[in-house]
Amino acid sequence: MAPAKKRNVCSKTTSANTAKKAKIDPIIQVQQIIDSRKNANDVFDVLECLQSEKEKDVILAINACCNLFVALLERKDLFIGKLIEEETMLTGEYNAQDKYSMFMRHRYNDCVETLLEHLVHKFYGVKESALVALMKLAAVEGQYPLEDLDWSEHFSFPRTLILGVVGRLLSKSEDTTMLISRFQEYLEMVDVRFYVMSSIRENVGVVMVKSKGEVMPVYQNNVFTLLSNINMPSQESELTNFMVKQKDKHSEWKAAKLNEHKRTFERMWLGFLKNKLPSNMYKKILVILHDSILPNMSNPTLMIDFLTAAYDVGGAISLLALNGLFILIHHHNLDYPDFYKKLYNLLEPSVFHVKYRARFFHLANLFLSSTHLPVYLVAAFAKRLARLALTAPPESLLMVLPFIYNLIRRHPSCRVLIHRPTSSDESCEDPYVMDEADPILSHALESSLWEIKTLQTHYHPDVVKVALKINKPLSVPEEDIDELLEITNFELMERDLKATKNVPLEFEPARKLLQGGGGILGQHFCLE
Amino acid sequence: MVKPQQKRSVADKVRKSKTSADIKNNPFEVKINRKKFEVLGRKTKHDVGLPGVSRSKAINKRKETLLKEHKNKHKANKFIDRRFGEYDTKMAPEDKILQRFSMERQRLHDKKDLFNLNEEEELTHYGQSLAEMEKFNDLMDSDSEPEEKGLLSAELTASHFGGGGGLLRRKSGEDKGEGPRAKSRQELIEELIHKSKQQKRERQVQKEETFELTEKLDKDWKSIQTLLANKTPKAQREDPQQDKPKLDEYDVMVRELGFEMKAQPSEKLKTPEELAREERQRLQRLEADRLRRMRGDVGESAPKAPVHLSADDLNDGFILDKDDKTALAYKDGKWLSGEGEDAGDEGDDEGEGEEDESGEEEEEEEGEGDDGGDDDDDAEEDDSHSDLDSEQESGGEEENEEEEEEDEGGTTPGVSLSEEEVKAQQEAAKAELPYTFAAPENYGEFQALLQGHSPDHQCVILARTQKCNHQSLAVGNKLKLQKLFGFLLEYMGDLASSSPPELTTIDKLIPQLYDMGQMFPGAASKALRSALADGSHAMEEELEGAGRAAFPALDMLVYLKVVALLFPTSDYRHPVTTPALLFICQSLSKCAVTSLQDVTSGLVLCCLALEYVSLSKRFLPELLNFLCGILHLAVPDKTSIGYSVVPPFRPAGKHSDLLLLSSPQSSSTWTNHTLPLAMTQHLELTDHLHRDHHRMTCLSTCLDLLKHCCLLYKDSHSFTAVFQPIQTLLSKHLPLQTHPEVLQELKTEILAAIESAPRSHNPLVFEKQKPIPLRMFTPKIVEVLDYGKRRGNTKEQKESERTKHKYKKEFKGALREIRKDNRFMAREKLQETMSRDSERKRKVKELFGSLGTQEGEWKALRRRKK
Repeated sequence: MAPAKKRNVCSKTTSANTAKKAKIDPIIQVQQIIDSRKNANDVFDVLECLQSEKEKDVILAINACCNLFVALLERKDLFIGKLIEEETMLTGEYNAQDKYSMFMRHRYNDCVETLLEHLVHKFYGVKESALVALMKLAAVEGQYPLEDLDWSEHFSFPRTLILGVVGRLLSKSEDTTMLISRFQEYLEMVDVRFYVMSSIRENVGVVMVKSKGEVMPVYQNNVFTLLSNINMPSQESELTNFMVKQKDKHSEWKAAKLNEHKRTFERMWLGFLKNKLPSNMYKKILVILHDSILPNMSNPTLMIDFLTAAYDVGGAISLLALNGLFILIHHHNLDYPDFYKKLYNLLEPSVFHVKYRARFFHLANLFLSSTHLPVYLVAAFAKRLARLALTAPPESLLMVLPFIYNLIRRHPSCRVLIHRPTSSDESCEDPYVMDEADPILSHALESSLWEIKTLQTHYHPDVVKVALKINKPLSVPEEDIDELLEITNFELMERDLKATKNVPLEFEPARKLLQGGGGILGQHFCLE
Repeated sequence: MVKPQQKRSVADKVRKSKTSADIKNNPFEVKINRKKFEVLGRKTKHDVGLPGVSRSKAINKRKETLLKEHKNKHKANKFIDRRFGEYDTKMAPEDKILQRFSMERQRLHDKKDLFNLNEEEELTHYGQSLAEMEKFNDLMDSDSEPEEKGLLSAELTASHFGGGGGLLRRKSGEDKGEGPRAKSRQELIEELIHKSKQQKRERQVQKEETFELTEKLDKDWKSIQTLLANKTPKAQREDPQQDKPKLDEYDVMVRELGFEMKAQPSEKLKTPEELAREERQRLQRLEADRLRRMRGDVGESAPKAPVHLSADDLNDGFILDKDDKTALAYKDGKWLSGEGEDAGDEGDDEGEGEEDESGEEEEEEEGEGDDGGDDDDDAEEDDSHSDLDSEQESGGEEENEEEEEEDEGGTTPGVSLSEEEVKAQQEAAKAELPYTFAAPENYGEFQALLQGHSPDHQCVILARTQKCNHQSLAVGNKLKLQKLFGFLLEYMGDLASSSPPELTTIDKLIPQLYDMGQMFPGAASKALRSALADGSHAMEEELEGAGRAAFPALDMLVYLKVVALLFPTSDYRHPVTTPALLFICQSLSKCAVTSLQDVTSGLVLCCLALEYVSLSKRFLPELLNFLCGILHLAVPDKTSIGYSVVPPFRPAGKHSDLLLLSSPQSSSTWTNHTLPLAMTQHLELTDHLHRDHHRMTCLSTCLDLLKHCCLLYKDSHSFTAVFQPIQTLLSKHLPLQTHPEVLQELKTEILAAIESAPRSHNPLVFEKQKPIPLRMFTPKIVEVLDYGKRRGNTKEQKESERTKHKYKKEFKGALREIRKDNRFMAREKLQETMSRDSERKRKVKELFGSLGTQEGEWKALRRRKK
């Protein structure tokens, strides 16, 4: 009943079409094409609709095309095998069936081409529906392959189509974060993910060779977004969700093996990371490195080059690289020469001010928790941290002072830093050399932590309380640093603001705004 | 078992017959509980026990309850007490008796007296028959009271006051007469009663006689009264004068002394509340006065006729609605009666409409420049009074016109003051502020109150508002004034953030704020702390969002300064100053320096920070970091620096050359001057020269602050470590050759100070600990302050222990009671069975006896037969 009705409507519209071509309803036309081969030429109209200016029309056309070719693919009306050029096809002697299927195959290729171009369309709606349509076509094409399976090693999977999609997603000129997040649902499928990963590797290789190692922020950002959206399975049994089902030889399929996945993943990342990266990208990668990249690599030690390079960059990047290095050293028996020396040199005044302070000190605490470290090294660390504490904000001080105390507790021979009884009242200059890069030569063990003595006059009462602990022998149990890592200035403030006891008042009557406090403000600034 | 029981019952009988005093005095009845210690002032209940009494009591009680129950054990019948209201405790006993009585009467009445016509009942009053009383026709006057009441017979006195002594004495006297037999006490009392009764009877008789005599006399008097009618009473009057005795000298003295002037009590010292009340009253009076003068009501100061006071007048000095209108009409018939009132009406009706005009008029006046000072005040007059002012203005002008007319006419009406004086007074009144203010309820009201006034007037307004709402005057005033502090603070913030910032006004308001802060430390600290929390929170959010924060605005800087003014900054931990210092340091370490304006703000913060620690000499890492960073901004070559820069400053990059001079020539024209605080908000430096000058001023400020720091921290242990970067920077990287000499001098001073600081310190050692004392064998004596009490428990534990103890005691008591009950019951049962047995034995014996006699008789009979 429905088709009959449609046909009625259709006749009317076709008559109307003669007057106005723009009003063609692609859905109906598609129905006609599917219904009868006679209307095959209408496919041109539909494809033309794809190029329309209006967003609505294009989306409609995309859906229509998708329906059309899905139907045709399911009927196997498209030519299978190596396609001949259209001109030669016309001259060549083929029967009508072959001609039709070849013709339709050519139109299909056109359509896919247009859809891929639409992935960089100006309207997001178009982009999205094009992506959806392409993936639908890819799914059907995988079911009904257009190539002879006999000589294809890739089983039946629309590799070229995926490669095209990936190529468009990794745009060089425009941020495709939105589209990539839309694409993520397809990445849940095992085989899609596998082929996307290998496509990315190919794409990155090609693009980077072309750019000759130059930094391309937009492109690299897109790549990173896509890469970070890939969630790797941790077990073989999780590989169940396939887009295309292979009838036989499924177990031999690469996409069905976790090892192959890991290998592809690894190659993809290494291919991406071997190029020069912008510094903020470095940070982003290093932040996720330890928990989403390293565990999914088949051979994590390959990351060592990247990590050492990052560790040598200095500043915040070095701090972040520490985490990855820690995993490699801890789990993969990496031997890193002069690791502690480098760690020592990472201690700059800025460590107390950067965002990754908590993470850095957490790791530093782990590295320095070994009781087998030489005393000079520990003393050097303690002294350097104390020296840096002279420039640190109170919330960091509350953390770093217990940190130093813990070092001294772990290594009792470091106690001379806070307790050096001498026979006479001989005073000495600080023998510690701050600028010395090598902890052995820093003479830290001959020094005392006068800095903490200075901090006993710090303006914040809590800091003073902690700093006063060196006046007496330290208590035996170590303090837990982890609780102190996350203290913020605001928390300190809240703590002080909450205390509502009696409020002492200034007794000196105030008569002017700029008076009091030695008049320093009044000395340098005036009211008008 | 039986014997002691019997004994006991005998003992009980004996005891019952004795009085309680006897028992208590009998040493065999009393058991004394021996005390271990004698505690003074403690009363014990149980030091003397009467075991016999308590045992018999207990047995009686058991007999009444337990035994009865036992006897009624298997009995279905029950004794019911049907007496009316016997067990109704709510009923008063009188009611009960009355009801019972009436019920009984009814019951009696029903049957027997149905046909009884004679009323047999007799009505009584206090037990005496009313019928008899009616017969008694002795009418006693109320004034002739029975004299016996006031009578004090010798006997009575003796018996009352002499006590037994009198009796004894008399007894001894009687003894002499009557012989050796002593009267018993009973007899004595009876005698006494008898005597008094006899006396009473005699008195009764005497009184009757007197009564009769009086009546008789009256009759006689009436008969001769007519004869005496013409006699004048003059002689009678003269008699007392003659009789008056001469006053005693002593009496005269006493009178005189009585009338002598006594020392007057001086006025007592006033409490603060009274002072406040007086102050308010004074202000109210002044306000009323001012209002009156403003309306042009002159000459009231002249001595007035006593004004009529209404009955409702509270006499509180508030005379706002003094009879103005009549006064106006009376003073100057022509202009005041007409226009004065008209102006008032207009004020009510179209005050708003007139405002514009009046404003214009005022402006015109200002243009004329009549009186500069007054005009200013006019412009800043309170809004609420502008209507009145304008009316006055117009009135005044009209007045002038009138005056001119009158002058033309050549007639000067009898006005006490000249018109010029009137006008001058009006002007003064306008310039004057209202004397009373209501405390504003919200910030809008507060703003309206102060806006448009000169700073001095704002101060006055605030002072008056405080006085009018002094906390001792009304209950809610304290809250109002506490709110006022918050409003004032907010107002200051608004003043600071307006453009251009009105800092002079703030400066003027500071004393007020300080006073209020002194009055309400809690409210002040709360307001400032919330301001700080807001500022800090905003900065935190900004940091979270954008990663960098802007320097605090001028209002925040003002708040920080206000904190330092109101609260001591040197406290180890202070609920307001510690967060404030924390906020300053947070700003110094987190806010990015991107412009000269930021540099200025930062320097203000540095100054504040230094002021905060100027007394306590606390160590401020952020301050030194910031100053070092500021110097770094002026370093020309940033490629190889031998020091490290702490965030928010960066070794190189954008905004790191902010203080580099654009041209060295500009230093020649630079003079050191103080920067206006407003520069932290709006820094408009158009050309290079000005910018360079500002840079140099900033640098000089920075160097000066560093000098302060050097002085402040020169005793610090790590002085060298702290100032090392600054030393490197100043000596190697900041040449300052192109800068003015002042800066170079400062630099050399700082370097010298750093050089001169002591570099060597003693190595750290732990504090000397107290030596651990050797163990001694002397006993350790612990002072125990509360004997007998269990210590070291919380309240709950104590409570639970107490309940446990009580439970245990009760449990034991109950157990003991049950045992005693059982023993009693056993005894009773035994007694029962024994009595039953003895009865049986007796009967058996009887039977045997009768049988024996029967047999004996029978045998005897048989023997007889034989």
